[in-house]
Amino acid sequence: MSILVDRNTKVMTQGMTGKTGMFHTLQCKNYANGASCFVAGVTPGKGGQNFEGIPVFDTVQEAKHSTGATVSVIYVPPPFAAAAILEAVEAELDLVICITEGIPVHDMINVRYRMEGKKTLLIGPNCPGIITPDEIKIGIMPGHIHKKGRIGVVSRSGTLTYEAVGQLMEVGLGQSSCVGIGGDPVNGLKHVDVMKRFNEDPETDAVIMVGEIGGNDEEICAKWIRDNMQKPVVGFVAGLTAPPGKRMGHAGAIISGGEGGAEEKLGVMEECGIRVTRNPSEIGRLLKSVL
Amino acid sequence: MKIHEYQAKEILREYGVPTPRGFPAFSVMDAVENAQRLGGDTWVVKAQIHAGGRGKAGGVKVARSGGELEKFSGEMLGMHLVTPQTGDEGRIVRRLLIEEGAQIAAEYYAGLVVDRGSQRVVLIASREGGTEIEEVARDAPEKIHKVVIDPGKGLLRQDAGDVARKMGIPESAVDAACEFFMALYRAFVEKDAMLLEVNPMILDRSGRLLALDAKINFDDNALYRHPEILALRDLDEEDPAEIEASRFGLSYISLDGNIGCLVNGAGLAMATMDIVKLYGASPANFLDVGGGASVEKVTEAFKLMLANPKVEVILVNIFGGIMKCDVIAQGIVEAARQVALNVPLVVRLEGTHVELGKKILAESGLPIISANTMMDAAKKAVDAAKGH
Repeated sequence: MSILVDRNTKVMTQGMTGKTGMFHTLQCKNYANGASCFVAGVTPGKGGQNFEGIPVFDTVQEAKHSTGATVSVIYVPPPFAAAAILEAVEAELDLVICITEGIPVHDMINVRYRMEGKKTLLIGPNCPGIITPDEIKIGIMPGHIHKKGRIGVVSRSGTLTYEAVGQLMEVGLGQSSCVGIGGDPVNGLKHVDVMKRFNEDPETDAVIMVGEIGGNDEEICAKWIRDNMQKPVVGFVAGLTAPPGKRMGHAGAIISGGEGGAEEKLGVMEECGIRVTRNPSEIGRLLKSVL
Repeated sequence: MKIHEYQAKEILREYGVPTPRGFPAFSVMDAVENAQRLGGDTWVVKAQIHAGGRGKAGGVKVARSGGELEKFSGEMLGMHLVTPQTGDEGRIVRRLLIEEGAQIAAEYYAGLVVDRGSQRVVLIASREGGTEIEEVARDAPEKIHKVVIDPGKGLLRQDAGDVARKMGIPESAVDAACEFFMALYRAFVEKDAMLLEVNPMILDRSGRLLALDAKINFDDNALYRHPEILALRDLDEEDPAEIEASRFGLSYISLDGNIGCLVNGAGLAMATMDIVKLYGASPANFLDVGGGASVEKVTEAFKLMLANPKVEVILVNIFGGIMKCDVIAQGIVEAARQVALNVPLVVRLEGTHVELGKKILAESGLPIISANTMMDAAKKAVDAAKGH
């Protein structure tokens, strides 16, 4: 088991024929069970072609009908990415993972609005994607740093997630699934949505939650954990030294109006029974200590 | 991206939001001409900088004669205006807004934000105008009124009217308030704003509502479709190092410390700053070289950090995913060739092609202090700074 995706998931790549799409589709296809997972690509106007044996379709709907793909991953450039997400939502896919960074926030507000009442889940945008180690990798994370195990990881950041995974490996712990939810202020699944799934997953024993400054998603998740979580959770929040009012790389990583500071988030997480560290080098050891 | 008050008011006027009449001035002569165009005998001289809190700092003055107008304009242009939002060094005033005076009967607050909780645009309004809205939210939250706006329908007249009444806007001005708020919302969405504040929004003695101040921040990710907004950018208001960084696609923010940090990924870059602080030093910058960094980008990143006289040590922390460690290593070697590397360099590489990256560094003959973990790297960087 795992959350959201596994070895049997069928995936289409929207924007597969672009440089980024080609590179990462190949990486994903070559990871674990990827060759049977990555079954379609979508690029308008390029239907009928193929890339590395993966057929290309003009629309998401056609790709879904022809291949049975229920999940899509998006590498479409920012001006067109919102429309790509909506196309996948209209085609009633189960899950859309949007890797694209730099989508205008008003486009995402519109996407979230039009997703209301639809079945499709969204991860991202501006995220590394999701991996269930030794089964399937959907996104841009390096596959080789992971191995199968029983720790869940959920994070707003890419490389900081890799860092946490690297530390888990040092203490001999593999991962059930690792989910990068992305660094944008308006996005799909939040920490709490992923946490609920880890809580229900019989093959996840404990969870690492990596946050960063901006918003209050970490606080919402912490309160849910306090009231519902059956498994240990450890946390880290990046940006203790970030100055207010400055956007730290990610569109959503900003302390504004006195809200979104790392110390405040860590405080709430601690109050809710989450073991936190202020040392990003101690995440793996801290997780090991709560097992 | 931020713009000046006078630019924000020009945008609001396009959308039909009433503001006082006014014109920008870049010199005392401009200021005098503007006052003559405006007529009357009272003008407001407002320093234009990308920071708030100007009034108390001496950046807003009422001139009641031509002499005063010249005097205030002359004093303000070129001054270092220090407000709670500028930092201690302040900002040099290069532009003024000369505006007709307004007769204030009541002050309100009106703002629009992208609200992360609802994932929608929210109108925030209050009868407490002229003060920081964060203070009102803290001290008198009952005086803050919010409308979560349905993206499909926009701001509804009924909701706008309800808010106007709750704010205590007199019944005779409620219709105008509805138009005011609905125009703000149209401007906010159409111009891809992230934050829009009218503080204060005033009722003048003749019963008119006016935007007496205006602030708009835009979504950088949407500027590609707003050349008219991009044209308003004032590079004098931005950090030269940050401008230089953006030319090379680097995400860079200047900080006050002595350890230059070069990292891939925003989250890891913040975490690296944090661990530097944890071990007793301070980061000199936030620097994310991104996922697709080339040798050239890494070289430019080094040049940027080395141009900062406060930097005593450089700490490179890379967890290679897409970014391969050998590319970073080549970038470091190349940078060291091009610029005089006169400070200790601590490098921690992990991830894709890590062995190759380490080999390139080892064979370069550069005096690199290598580290295996983030903690190790932070400790070594802090120690090197002490010995520097």
